[in-house]
Amino acid sequence: MNELAAVIPWLGTHKPRAARWVVIVLMITAPLIAAFFGRTWMRVLDFALLYVMLALGLNLVVGFAGLLDLGYIAFYAVGAYTWAFLASPHFGLHLPFWIVLPAGAAFAALAGLILGTPVLRLRGDYLAIVTLGFGEIVRIFMNNLNYPVNITNGPQGINALDPIIIFGWDISRNWQVTDNLSVNSLFFYYYAFLACVIGSVIFIQRMQVSRMGRAWAAIRDDDLAAKAIGINVRNVKLLAFSLGATFGGVAGGLFGAFQGFVSPESFSLMESIMVLAMVVFGGMGNLGGVIVGALILSFLPEVLRHHAVPLQQAVFGTVILDPEVLRLLIYALALILMMALRPAGLIPAHSRYSRPELLKAEPVPAEGRA
Amino acid sequence: METLLQQIVNGLVVGSVYSLVALGYTMVYGILGLINFAHGDVMMIGALVALQAILFAQKMWPSLGPLALVGIGLVVSIPTCMLLGYVVERTAYRRLRNAPRLAPLITAIGVSFLLQTLAMIIWGRGYHSFPQLISTVPMQPIEGVFVTPVQITTLLVSAGLMAALLLVVNKTPLGRAMRATAENHRVASLMGVDANKIIAITFIIGSALAAIAGVMVASNYGIAHYTMGFLPGLKAFTAAVLGGIGNIGGAMLGGIVLGLVESIGAGYIETWSFGFLNSSYQDIFAFIILGAVLIFRPTGLLGERVADRA
Repeated sequence: MNELAAVIPWLGTHKPRAARWVVIVLMITAPLIAAFFGRTWMRVLDFALLYVMLALGLNLVVGFAGLLDLGYIAFYAVGAYTWAFLASPHFGLHLPFWIVLPAGAAFAALAGLILGTPVLRLRGDYLAIVTLGFGEIVRIFMNNLNYPVNITNGPQGINALDPIIIFGWDISRNWQVTDNLSVNSLFFYYYAFLACVIGSVIFIQRMQVSRMGRAWAAIRDDDLAAKAIGINVRNVKLLAFSLGATFGGVAGGLFGAFQGFVSPESFSLMESIMVLAMVVFGGMGNLGGVIVGALILSFLPEVLRHHAVPLQQAVFGTVILDPEVLRLLIYALALILMMALRPAGLIPAHSRYSRPELLKAEPVPAEGRA
Repeated sequence: METLLQQIVNGLVVGSVYSLVALGYTMVYGILGLINFAHGDVMMIGALVALQAILFAQKMWPSLGPLALVGIGLVVSIPTCMLLGYVVERTAYRRLRNAPRLAPLITAIGVSFLLQTLAMIIWGRGYHSFPQLISTVPMQPIEGVFVTPVQITTLLVSAGLMAALLLVVNKTPLGRAMRATAENHRVASLMGVDANKIIAITFIIGSALAAIAGVMVASNYGIAHYTMGFLPGLKAFTAAVLGGIGNIGGAMLGGIVLGLVESIGAGYIETWSFGFLNSSYQDIFAFIILGAVLIFRPTGLLGERVADRA
């Protein structure tokens, strides 16, 4: 929370306590503000929180441990499909969420462990390509495992997933306070997701300043030196990788419950790139940065959807780029331009946890690599 | 038996295309230590530009023969891709030469995504039918085994290109400079090699090969599409790892082996898995191979050219 408070311009640096209160008030009132603009924006807000969670998990892998994971969305898919298998009419199972959610997290962690074990003892680049392949494999299986035994229901996906039910209280139902006043279920989802995000942030923050967090920073900056001072590089990397996967699994389960429906389409490579763009854009290794990056990049497409078309019509007379294309362009350019101009991201991490030379974003002279 | 022979023929054709694309990956990796994710998309751009040129030529000079049309397609798309490869290297990768390892990788995936998006803007989301100028009427050299002229052309062209590349790399001053740069940038520059120029040339050669591969893939399947570069790119990288990344001969071998395994596997997977899996799982073979190579023989079949720290 302090990280987020520090992000606010001027107030963050001059009046940190006031800034913290601003953040808290914003967090609590955000759905009311969104509701003022319409129900779509409340949905967007809920999805934004899911993306924040994904970005936090990926940041653990990319930002803290310096491993590039390009198939991150596959773990999200594992979590979502676990929910679909264990809590939907598809197999007739309806387990409560406090079993399903940890199960999804555990499966995602297991997938991360299995995937990471052979790869992480090799140099880091291979992880990028293996995770890219893993994302593709998971998609192939999701699409094709409906024959001869129907497991995933193929490209149609699985419908009617159970909502989150806390002590018999179904949070996907609108709450009828009086006859003409009802509280939309999107509010409840917002606060449920917010609780998860806050829990994750606290956990990750403690992790970052722990012995393990320092070990991650060490292998990110120089894994040879880290090995020399006695860090078990492979295990530490493996922990970061599967912990990141766990967050993906939890977010996936929540996504499944929220959406009530899963299909392979939601877990394309593009989604992985999107989450990566959020982390890179916000600032690798900095929690506040990652959260802000995820929020900006998940709201921007929605803003574009509403304003890009009229704007282009006003300026050029016709619609040149439809909002969907514009969104893809923004993600691609966010990755390339951030790396070229501001590699530490919008809000760079504290130098204590990052490479100090990354903070100076001046272009490096082109010269041979040693 | 016919099935096996047929799958071997198919595998050789697919494999030779993988080899061509894998060469681009392996040369860049050998020199820069960078996985150039955008390479597969350069191939896609090559195919789509060639398609555009061929359609244009067909409209302008309807009397042209099919070979001339393919020639025009290649003449337009090869330089376009060379330019593209150069521009990508110059604008995106060169400034990151000394940055931490993660930065160029992230840029590479960004460039790949950008190229796909641009192709989508220019050519749309739909599938384009690629004119099958070289005949696809199958011949039967052996009873029950079908080979099309376009497959034979693909095999011959890629064999010729690979031989030419080997000659250039092993016998010319340019090739010597490339090998020296791959071995050690700094020392190569001390010996008077302009490392930046060599790196740019490597990108240009790789992109030219990718353009040709793109035209071959598109004319084999008769389809061009803005995501057609992703999966072949991934598989070609697998081929490069399989052969030993950084090793040019390895990339060729790896491509052929991967193509063979994939098509033989796709032909028999239904029998092997007792009908549980079908040929829509063809694509997982590449990843199984990738996993197996990384576990059991990370240096690849022929060994890496440049040993790197773990």
